[in-house]
Amino acid sequence: MLKHIISGKAFVLGNDIDTDQIIPAAHLVYKLDDPEERKNYGRFALSGVPVAQSGLPDGGIPFIDEGTWQSQYVIVIGGKNFGCGSSREHAPVSLNIAGIEAVVAESYARIFYRNSVDGGFVAPFETSEHLYQEIRTGDELVLDTQAGTLENKTQGKTHALMPLGDIEAILRAGGVFNYARETGMIETK
Amino acid sequence: MAMTITEKILAKHANRKEAKPGDNVWIDVDVLMTHDVCGPGTFGIFKKEFGAGAKVWDRDKVVIIPDHYIFTADKHARRNIEILRDFVKEQELPHYYDVDSPRYKGVCHVALPEEGFTRPGEVLFGTDSHTCTAGAFGEFATGIGNTDAAFVLGTGKLWVKVPATMKFVFDGVMPKYLMAKDLILAAIGAIGVDGATYRTMEFSGTTIDAMTMEDRMTLCNMVIEAGGKNGVCVPDATTIEYVRARTSKEFECFYNDDDAAYHSVHRFNVKDIEPTVAKPHSPDNKARVSEVAGTKLDRAYIGSCTGGKISDFVAAAEILRGQKVAIDTFIVPATTDVERAINEMTVDGTTIMQVFRDAGCRIGEPSCAACLGGPTDTFGRLNGVEVCISTTNRNFPGRMGSPKSQVYLASPYTVAASAVKGVITSPREFFE
Repeated sequence: MLKHIISGKAFVLGNDIDTDQIIPAAHLVYKLDDPEERKNYGRFALSGVPVAQSGLPDGGIPFIDEGTWQSQYVIVIGGKNFGCGSSREHAPVSLNIAGIEAVVAESYARIFYRNSVDGGFVAPFETSEHLYQEIRTGDELVLDTQAGTLENKTQGKTHALMPLGDIEAILRAGGVFNYARETGMIETK
Repeated sequence: MAMTITEKILAKHANRKEAKPGDNVWIDVDVLMTHDVCGPGTFGIFKKEFGAGAKVWDRDKVVIIPDHYIFTADKHARRNIEILRDFVKEQELPHYYDVDSPRYKGVCHVALPEEGFTRPGEVLFGTDSHTCTAGAFGEFATGIGNTDAAFVLGTGKLWVKVPATMKFVFDGVMPKYLMAKDLILAAIGAIGVDGATYRTMEFSGTTIDAMTMEDRMTLCNMVIEAGGKNGVCVPDATTIEYVRARTSKEFECFYNDDDAAYHSVHRFNVKDIEPTVAKPHSPDNKARVSEVAGTKLDRAYIGSCTGGKISDFVAAAEILRGQKVAIDTFIVPATTDVERAINEMTVDGTTIMQVFRDAGCRIGEPSCAACLGGPTDTFGRLNGVEVCISTTNRNFPGRMGSPKSQVYLASPYTVAASAVKGVITSPREFFE
């Protein structure tokens, strides 16, 4: 289910973050329905991002601290074409397991976007501003999913986000299965 | 209302008279394909959502082709094959191409057409972004994630937003040194890695009309590298002949209305296109081979759904015949059918496979292999700071293994020519 308010620290990335950077292919082997094994997806989330681009503007910031599988960051900020590349659902799942609740980017590659929405893993918001050049990794953010605003408490600024549009109902239902049940397309369990 | 091929296919499968860009429609699925990387997760969600005893919506419409992590000792990867086997057995699925069996095929996007699962007018979803390859056959084909695939497995339906179509018109006779790979790299370079996001890339023109199905597959294969939802070619006699030879199932061809509306039209004359590469680390980082000629290489790689088909190896053999490679050169046939063909086909009396052996290439077994890196023991994987020229589809950081490596994407001609010289080399040198 989509929360009304998502708040926490920002982790900032650049343009064209592809799914191999979000979760490198060598890690696509762990079982997702095993509660222990799935933690590996958190452990290796964003491990393919080149060190210099990890946690902008400074870079060199690990998304996951050594020996852990959950991140201290809650919202990922990206540039254009976030999630391009393969169709691996493991990408939004990895961010979700690591504790990311929303991504705010200028645009998305469509399969990543779809997987995020239909699986209810992370809320993909779009921005018309170059927020990845403005927000700094570690800034404290408050995302109001109903008002469509992103408040940067550290910098004392509030940004308007683009409306979620057609996919909002699926995101609010918590994914395509819940949505299909709510709308009578498939039987309630 | 005038419609494009893609709009017509989606309207038909949504049981509507028309479909226009931006419409959200629920469509009936003709084929769902999955493989060893995404099958296990898909089956897990399917059982969680539809119940432990649930059955797939139509056994005949599910195709399972293990291809990604096959020849590896990685225990998790091996286990994923076991999960596929168990599900196939439990659901009694007829279309499964098991590892270590005579039915084993290899790369799913090349195996699907070989086995007759790509048919004009149909809707194909697969849990792999390069499922768009099958648009070459005049159908709607695109990649989806595990959740969507699990939804299809249970219901046979999925929602899609109807994409606007970008038309790419290629005219002229292909010069000897050029391949379909050069054309698609030129197109992606022109519009960028997000230039077709949410849209259809349709390929037409006299050059496309003269192309084989394998060449059309190369074009449609890489539309995802421009963010495209699907690629499509207009079905013609070449399409029908290929499909008829592989399936007896009925199909319906769709064609563009003359006054169909396009998002944009991009025209190329192939005589103006040079052998092309995508430089590290993005498929739209286009350069003419002549601009990067002489760049020192450590490795050459010929394989994958993009560049591991029969015609790709025939092309490579034209260059490698009687030559020695100057750098480590890896040959990975996409499928067992491709492997068989290059063991049988000859150039000047020598089999294509023998040409590669004589040139000093290393030959791998049919699978996705190092195209996407994979487990560290994967054949051809870049494990260090190598500079590689490859017939594959992506060169993002770490795509073929090590994040420190660099990958140039190119046609089989250019890769073979570069393998011989050890530096990036235009195939024109071998033909002129």
